[in-house]
Amino acid sequence: MDFILANLPRFLEGAWMTIQLALFSCSFGLLMALPIALARLSRKRVLRSAATAYVFFFRGTPLLAQIFLIYYGSGQFRQELSALGLWTFFRDPWFCALLSLTLNTAAYTSEILRGAIQAIPKGEIEAAKALGLNRYLLLRLVILPRAIRIGWPAYTNEVVYQIQATSLVSIITIMDITGVARTVGARDFTFFEAFGLAALLYLVLVYGFIFVAGRIEKRLGAHLIRTAAVNKPKLAGNIR
Amino acid sequence: MPDFQGYGWLLLDGLVLTVGVAIASMLGALALGLLAALGKLFAPRAGKILIEVYTTFVRGVPELVLLLLIYYGLPTLVQNTAAKAGYDLSLSINPFVAGIGTLTVIYAAFACEVFRAAYLALPPGQREAAYALGLNPVITFRKVELPQMMRYALPGLGNVWMVLVKATALISIIQLPELMRNADIAARSTRQPFTFFFAACLLYLAITAISMLGQARLERWAARGTTEAKS
Repeated sequence: MDFILANLPRFLEGAWMTIQLALFSCSFGLLMALPIALARLSRKRVLRSAATAYVFFFRGTPLLAQIFLIYYGSGQFRQELSALGLWTFFRDPWFCALLSLTLNTAAYTSEILRGAIQAIPKGEIEAAKALGLNRYLLLRLVILPRAIRIGWPAYTNEVVYQIQATSLVSIITIMDITGVARTVGARDFTFFEAFGLAALLYLVLVYGFIFVAGRIEKRLGAHLIRTAAVNKPKLAGNIR
Repeated sequence: MPDFQGYGWLLLDGLVLTVGVAIASMLGALALGLLAALGKLFAPRAGKILIEVYTTFVRGVPELVLLLLIYYGLPTLVQNTAAKAGYDLSLSINPFVAGIGTLTVIYAAFACEVFRAAYLALPPGQREAAYALGLNPVITFRKVELPQMMRYALPGLGNVWMVLVKATALISIIQLPELMRNADIAARSTRQPFTFFFAACLLYLAITAISMLGQARLERWAARGTTEAKS
């Protein structure tokens, strides 16, 4: 109890850092995911292979390796990056953390989006085409709203993993929840209390988010009659 | 071909340890996960709640935090408790054991959900038919339910394996000389971090690619005797 009272402010600062990283990386990742998903479904072979390679690389390698590749690996190209004026970014652990988290989640999110787009019944798209919608309107008015509704539960899972994945940035000196726990634990030799409190904070963040996402999911499907699939277990089965 | 400056073997040594740790953890996760799934389905109420708490906790806490909690937290907890009782105790966990233990505990929770869903997907008629033939519940589970469960469970378990392989990289943080750790050592001494971390990435991709092929074969094996729907 003393431990919590003495260190809670620092841990809350860490939690704020975790929230920021999760929020920014998920937002940018979502923006990147749409073009990647469309490229994977494109008829042009070059686009399709490039997007497939991107997704395969970022889903097939550990996030830790990606963080190291960007944060430490960029040092090998210091001169070139300096010449381009980019070195100030890559020298900054926060930028590297956000960049690797974003690139990583973009790959996973694009797969969710692709699956959702492919799950839309063909008739709906044909009907929209028959009504004379052009490609942009088709995407905006028919495909995206449907895909969001279909992909939302899977995307909720992705955000949950992203919240947890941010803990890795503590390894490159960022003071998120895990970073604070490591520092506090090492200072007072109170590793158990420090990591225990960190675990508790992540639980609050994760299950708090799942609660909010569940409310949004109900809203997204409010106009649909739902009989089955009401009590779907959250976080089961498909993990990344 | 990039110049590994004699560190190529270090990477391969790391790869071997990574695969070994992953296989050991996966076997542990399968065994513990199946047990937990059976518990969640059939145990008395208290047992069900206990398992529910376990899976809820593990799925809401990052792997890294759990690993650090077990590797650094548990020994300090024991030491501090012993110190209060007047004993001077020095304790540490082997990183190999801590790594495999943590991954087993984490991925058993995910495997548990996969097994449970697979069990629930079985048509109840299968069990009823087995009972009608006079098989007892244990034989029914082993001979009738488990083989069919595998068919439903394999895609999910394949997913668990892929995630687990990547999670082994975290054990480098507690200095186990697996692929990531060895790449880090090589990167520091040669000052070529990009070369070595990229090489490590390619090796992880190789494991992923081989696993995907293996999974496809396993799924075909598990589906033997069934006909695929023609589209």
